[in-house]
Amino acid sequence: MSRSAPKGLQFPLPSLEADAAADAPPALLRTRGLVKVYRAEGVAVEAVRGVDVEVAIGEFVAIMGPSGSGKSTLLHVLGGLEPATRGEIWLRGQRVDKLSTAAWALLRRRHVGFMFQFFNLLSNMTVADNVELPALLAGATPRQARKRREELLGELGLAAKAGAAPARLSGGEQQRVALARALANEPSLLLADEPTGNLDSSNTRDVLRLLQRTHDRGQAILLVTHDARVASLADRVINLFDGMVSDDSPVMRIPRPVSSVRDILELHS
Amino acid sequence: MRQHLLALLAKEPAHGYELKLALEQIFGEAYPSPNIGQIYVTLKRLEQDGLVQSEDVEQANRPNKKVYELTADGRDALRAWVEEPGEGPRVRDDFFVKLILAPMAGLADRMELINLQRRHYLGIMRSLAGLQASADREDTPARLLIEGAMLHLQADLDWLERCQEELV
Repeated sequence: MSRSAPKGLQFPLPSLEADAAADAPPALLRTRGLVKVYRAEGVAVEAVRGVDVEVAIGEFVAIMGPSGSGKSTLLHVLGGLEPATRGEIWLRGQRVDKLSTAAWALLRRRHVGFMFQFFNLLSNMTVADNVELPALLAGATPRQARKRREELLGELGLAAKAGAAPARLSGGEQQRVALARALANEPSLLLADEPTGNLDSSNTRDVLRLLQRTHDRGQAILLVTHDARVASLADRVINLFDGMVSDDSPVMRIPRPVSSVRDILELHS
Repeated sequence: MRQHLLALLAKEPAHGYELKLALEQIFGEAYPSPNIGQIYVTLKRLEQDGLVQSEDVEQANRPNKKVYELTADGRDALRAWVEEPGEGPRVRDDFFVKLILAPMAGLADRMELINLQRRHYLGIMRSLAGLQASADREDTPARLLIEGAMLHLQADLDWLERCQEELV
């Protein structure tokens, strides 16, 4: 597939920050010294402890790490679901952690798609309406929104469920609807929390294919996953440990790639 | 390969080249390409051990071919193989020993070792994913073999996380 300009970028690209090196790829999202402290029964819990991450335009980055390492919290803070305690968040060259709630919501609606771990589908709307809503909110015409919804549900094998209420779907189906919804407004950045967490292997393949296609279209992806199949598609994998980045490295090309089924038998021996 | 040939012969008597073709046909790519010389050597050893017996069959204009069949002992050996459970869990012993010993010897940092190993696993996973995408849908043994390798790799990565939690 050829890499064309992302369709989601209908808005002028940000001017680069003054301190960015001239030849560095423009950062779509970046944080500096991000900290998130929760207060649970009067005790302060530092879930995210000084994280610097950067996602370039069109880049696919996976975040891995043990449970409790702060992965989901980091994603929630980046998606504006929870305020950061300290540090900076920049989206498209604009500092967003200081914006008003409404201003940030507007920016997210246009540029960011979010897929939560617990789906958060609207129960009183059909699957189709759930998926179309973000596109409509972002300013698409009803016709564009419907077309996009049909494409996405088709790619995820859910075309037949368009008229159903979310409650009538299985967990795996709801999860895929949540992914379709996150991609409805063709965001320049997709944030996703465990996008294959509840799926069997055939549904996982559909989701992997859609993520790959999203990436190929030039949309950036930042997701949290335990699933090595998902992480291995990424350009870069960040490992979070104890609320800090313990590794940040491109996915390697191994010296002797597994290029035939026979090589697998050798892997085992 | 001994048991594999016995299993094929349990179905019907065959000569060496037929056994090679049968392995290729059943497993497709999911079996290391059987070398005909290796098959003949294995059959000869099985015969010495009394697990198979052979009969020379005359062929017009060609040397005789040896057709092998299973003996009663061969059938017992095959049954014992089938009934025995497969190997236990595979743990990356070499990596684990390295992870424990190298930091003690002041040679490496555990976080570094774990990071390196994770990157390596993800690299293999990427190459398996490519293989899966190009695998023939009809070739079920090959698809299952790839999926098995992926599941093992996932377990290795999960275990690496446990090592990170406990040791770092």
